[in-house]
Amino acid sequence: MRNPLADEVVKIKPSGIRKFFDIVSEMKDAISLGVGEPDFDTPWHIRDEGIYSLEKGKTFYTSNAGLKELREEICRYLNRRVHVDYHPLKEVLITVGGSEAIDMGLRAMLNPGEEVLIPQPSYVSYEPCTILAGGKPVIINLKAENEFRLTAQELRDAITDKTKVLILPFPNNPTGAIMEKKDLEEIAKVCIEKDIFVMSDEIYSELTYKEDHVSIASLPGMKERTILINGFSKAYAMTGWRLGYACGPQEIIAQMTKIHQFAIMCAPTTSQYAAVEALRNGDDDVKMMRDAYNQRRRFLMHAFKEMGLECFEPYGAFYVFPCIKEFGMTSDEFATRFLQEEKVAVVPGTAFGDSGEGYLRISYAYSLEQLKVAMEKLEHFITKLREEK
Amino acid sequence: MNAREQILAIIERNSRIEIKELAVILGMEEIDVANELKAMEEEGVICGYHTLIDWEKTSIEKVSALIEVRVTPQRGMGFDNIAERIYKYPEVNSVYLISGGFDLLVTLEGKSLKEISQFVSLKLSALDSVLSTATHFILKKYKDHGTVLGKKNEDERELITP
Repeated sequence: MRNPLADEVVKIKPSGIRKFFDIVSEMKDAISLGVGEPDFDTPWHIRDEGIYSLEKGKTFYTSNAGLKELREEICRYLNRRVHVDYHPLKEVLITVGGSEAIDMGLRAMLNPGEEVLIPQPSYVSYEPCTILAGGKPVIINLKAENEFRLTAQELRDAITDKTKVLILPFPNNPTGAIMEKKDLEEIAKVCIEKDIFVMSDEIYSELTYKEDHVSIASLPGMKERTILINGFSKAYAMTGWRLGYACGPQEIIAQMTKIHQFAIMCAPTTSQYAAVEALRNGDDDVKMMRDAYNQRRRFLMHAFKEMGLECFEPYGAFYVFPCIKEFGMTSDEFATRFLQEEKVAVVPGTAFGDSGEGYLRISYAYSLEQLKVAMEKLEHFITKLREEK
Repeated sequence: MNAREQILAIIERNSRIEIKELAVILGMEEIDVANELKAMEEEGVICGYHTLIDWEKTSIEKVSALIEVRVTPQRGMGFDNIAERIYKYPEVNSVYLISGGFDLLVTLEGKSLKEISQFVSLKLSALDSVLSTATHFILKKYKDHGTVLGKKNEDERELITP
């Protein structure tokens, strides 16, 4: 029989998270700090609206780009929260999670060999999606000394005449880093000068703890070269509903919608009705969850300080990214031993790119009680490691 | 939200939280939190630190009831006097003046149906200003003080996700 597989697909490395998950799932009584999704249930009024739409028999496809009502709400929301104006019928595509928007966007924009700049550590799918779209991923290794922000210099150094798209994953998974307005202005200047498009993955935009999130699309000259990606998973605790969106220039959104139409048809209808309710009446829920995450974030930063573990203060998402270089182990070794000896699962920073070496991703999408137990175990573990040395 | 409101939002859910921890998660100084708590106790903003108990899970028998009470208000005193006469009974849990078809809502806890009926017939109804009462026994508590009773939520998320 012939080889049934595509070489390009086989060559793609499986996600580092997956690999570690297999080890964790063997361990029955492990405490996990490895989850990248909210611990809250979707607020009841949002679920209720989903149920209600089913009762009314709203079980058909929506238009390919998504419910008009939802696209209008998204435009109102973006205007209100990040001060960017989009045309609901021409510049918005509702997708199956932010992930689909990343995939569709790269497929719509890339010609073979064109380069995509991917700052790392970052979410695991930018690199494979670039490859599958025929592009060439070019990694920018972010530095702890810059609090894992992307600097204009790093961006300049990575640009070649083949560079087409910059992925901007902030607030960042796994580091919790954010880009403030002044940081974004520097980046925008380079993008305009070098004629580069930006794919801004703002899925954690509602979870910032210093100041409100700023979208690069809101800066002068940037809306026309930015695909803004967001969704409902993190802000409204709606991961399982699989709903996100992309907003951007009409010509790009039209091509994305074409691929989306052939590959997906439309995003889940029930989820779209629920999402309308989320945008209309969900502000208080978002605030409640943001406050809770912020309390846990402060708790973890305090715990690290007490145990003398180095960690820059992250102001976004729900992750902290402590440094474990002092123990002379790789992230993988540390995470594996921590799991075996203390039965706590954290994700090695390397799962998010080589520049995550020496760091761990710790999620605080857990209750304070759970975090407390886990921090006691972490302290016990690192005390042991320090004595070993 | 100011510091006071933030503290209240947390201790309303968890009154056992230590001052040190409260300070850490709110990003405040321990001494400021302690002072604020003390001030609120003195001002009567914080009236007590109670425990939410699901008595169904214990061997202690308890019966609770809601009683609607219609009363005649008194000149110069309104409902305050009669409310006081009712809330002084130790078996009375709460007394609210409410709008609608009756005046006072009284909640009550007793050891048995009999004990509660005796209270209503012998004490409550016997009060001069009380015109009528309607007693509703509570059959099951699903949710109390914002907490769903009886159910423990399991974490159904995968152990590691991107």
